[in-house]
Amino acid sequence: MTASNKAIDNKKNYYKELHKKNRIRDTKSDIVFDCISMFFLVLAVVIVAYPLIYVVSSSLSSTDAVMAGRVWLLPVEFSLSAYETTFKYDSIMTGYLNSIIYTISGTLVSLFLTTLCAYCLAKKDFYGRKTVGFLVLFTMLFNAGLVPNYLLINNTLNWGNTIWALIVPNAMSAWHVILMRSYFQNSIPEDLFEASDIDGCSVYRQLVSIALPLSGPILAVIALYTAVGIWNGYFDALIYINDKTMFPLQLVLRNILILNSMDMTTSVDLREMASRQGMYNLLKYAVIVVSSLPLLIMYPFVQKYFVKGIMVGSVKG
Amino acid sequence: MTDNRRYPITTGMRTQPTLSKRLRKSIPYYVLVALPLIYLLLFKYYPMLGVQIAFRDFKVRGGIWQSPWVGFEHFSVFFQSPTSWMIISNTLILSLYYLAASFPIPIVLAICLNECRSSKFRKFTQMITYMPYFISTVVLVSMIIQFTDISTGLFNQILTSFGGQAVNFMGTAGYFRTLYVWTGVWQTMGYSAIVYLAALTGVPVELYEAAKVDGASKFRRITNIDIPYIAPTIITLFILNTGSILSIGFEKIYLMQNSINTPVSEVISTYVYKIGVLQFNYSYSTAVGLFNSVVNLIMILIVNTVSDRIGKVSVL
Repeated sequence: MTASNKAIDNKKNYYKELHKKNRIRDTKSDIVFDCISMFFLVLAVVIVAYPLIYVVSSSLSSTDAVMAGRVWLLPVEFSLSAYETTFKYDSIMTGYLNSIIYTISGTLVSLFLTTLCAYCLAKKDFYGRKTVGFLVLFTMLFNAGLVPNYLLINNTLNWGNTIWALIVPNAMSAWHVILMRSYFQNSIPEDLFEASDIDGCSVYRQLVSIALPLSGPILAVIALYTAVGIWNGYFDALIYINDKTMFPLQLVLRNILILNSMDMTTSVDLREMASRQGMYNLLKYAVIVVSSLPLLIMYPFVQKYFVKGIMVGSVKG
Repeated sequence: MTDNRRYPITTGMRTQPTLSKRLRKSIPYYVLVALPLIYLLLFKYYPMLGVQIAFRDFKVRGGIWQSPWVGFEHFSVFFQSPTSWMIISNTLILSLYYLAASFPIPIVLAICLNECRSSKFRKFTQMITYMPYFISTVVLVSMIIQFTDISTGLFNQILTSFGGQAVNFMGTAGYFRTLYVWTGVWQTMGYSAIVYLAALTGVPVELYEAAKVDGASKFRRITNIDIPYIAPTIITLFILNTGSILSIGFEKIYLMQNSINTPVSEVISTYVYKIGVLQFNYSYSTAVGLFNSVVNLIMILIVNTVSDRIGKVSVL
């Protein structure tokens, strides 16, 4: 983001100068246009931010206030009871731990395979580069579909209920390979490789001592995309994991937030039902906040890398 | 005569190394690429062989190689059943609706951001609109369920406070598509806008200058400079989007499904999952999935060819 913002700022400053020099004023229609575009932006911010604020505020309010609909923007009758209950939920904590393990190991496997493949595809003296490149690209166009993959992993490899089913089958995304290859090709000067070639440096050494130290940004980008993908995904776990102690966080959340929502109706006493339902309702808001916490904390720091990643990708298009 | 055929002698002209030399030089690359290649062959290409069970009657004992051939039987069963047209049309309607809503909005957002004069507000807007992209599908869907709750949900509280009637959004099939599409737009608009914003920063300042001198209004500058300039980006993304028109995301739809909205929310991906993984109807499910993949492949090739011919933009 910094790069693009800088570019825009430079342009804007340039305009200011131009305006001063040439005394070009905005016409009335331009001012109207500015107002409209400003209005759109404010609208976008409100629409996106309000539900998020509402969730956080509700989770920090009392049961009564949420049930009576008195929470509009800020917490009403501040209370942390929902969070206390959340942290007592064993399955959430196990899910948290599992998700952390899956995310870290999955990201490492993914980075390893992606780097190797992208590096080879980036080097012109690799005989067979076009064939491998086509094999990678073709996976973007056609995939076998759910069942053949499922049969391979569940029946042939027998990876059901193992961590491998979650971290290996989707480890190398064609899109990431292409992103990284174009980074190797465009952002690392060819001369470096040529010079080291003349000095008798091996290909492995070139990868470890030249390419890798210079590709921090792209490694960060791909690590982040992969990590967020694994952290947020639930589908692979849904089909391959039955053992509850191995559930990643998202699957636990699904059970609490989406499937169990009907459990409350079994209660007979209406008043008790209301209070339980109220607590459950509140609990959901707290669970949402707790589960999104790692990403929310990371968000300000990693934001610029994500943007960078998209920009690297847009170079090709 | 022979002089014409001879290559001009220039310095630095290298002869093509022989094949064995090139192979020998590439050995380290083969070592490096071995693992990724095994990965590709095992997890991407081996399942493609498994696709043959779409034409077989899969038996666990026979596996994918020995089960008896049945030809196109599964396909004809699928296309003759009334459900097939329901799920195909559901899939198409949902993706086209989603494409129509989610495609233009990020472009508008990016243009507005590009015109925004205060760099602080621009960064702030980007940061906020980008945030929902990180929310997981499970959390997003549970937020939808919470917000649309008939008694305590935010939407209904807003409705009733304006004197309206509370609506059971999740319990009404008619609201499913709207909820699906617009929450999707909510989640991804900031993220999608970044690509366009990056493209917009590449517009040469001279173009604006010239337009300004000629008295073009801001609106004209956008329609005549900005949009043509980012057109290749727009087309590229359009090609990629149409390529996946039948494989609309499983995760969100599956979570949003309930017994009431299945007539509109059952799409190919959820159907394949239910038939294949839950009901063990492997062959039939593979056939449906194969149909989906083939249509996707054809779509992306068509759109790519068309845009290549007309706009000289090609992804492949």
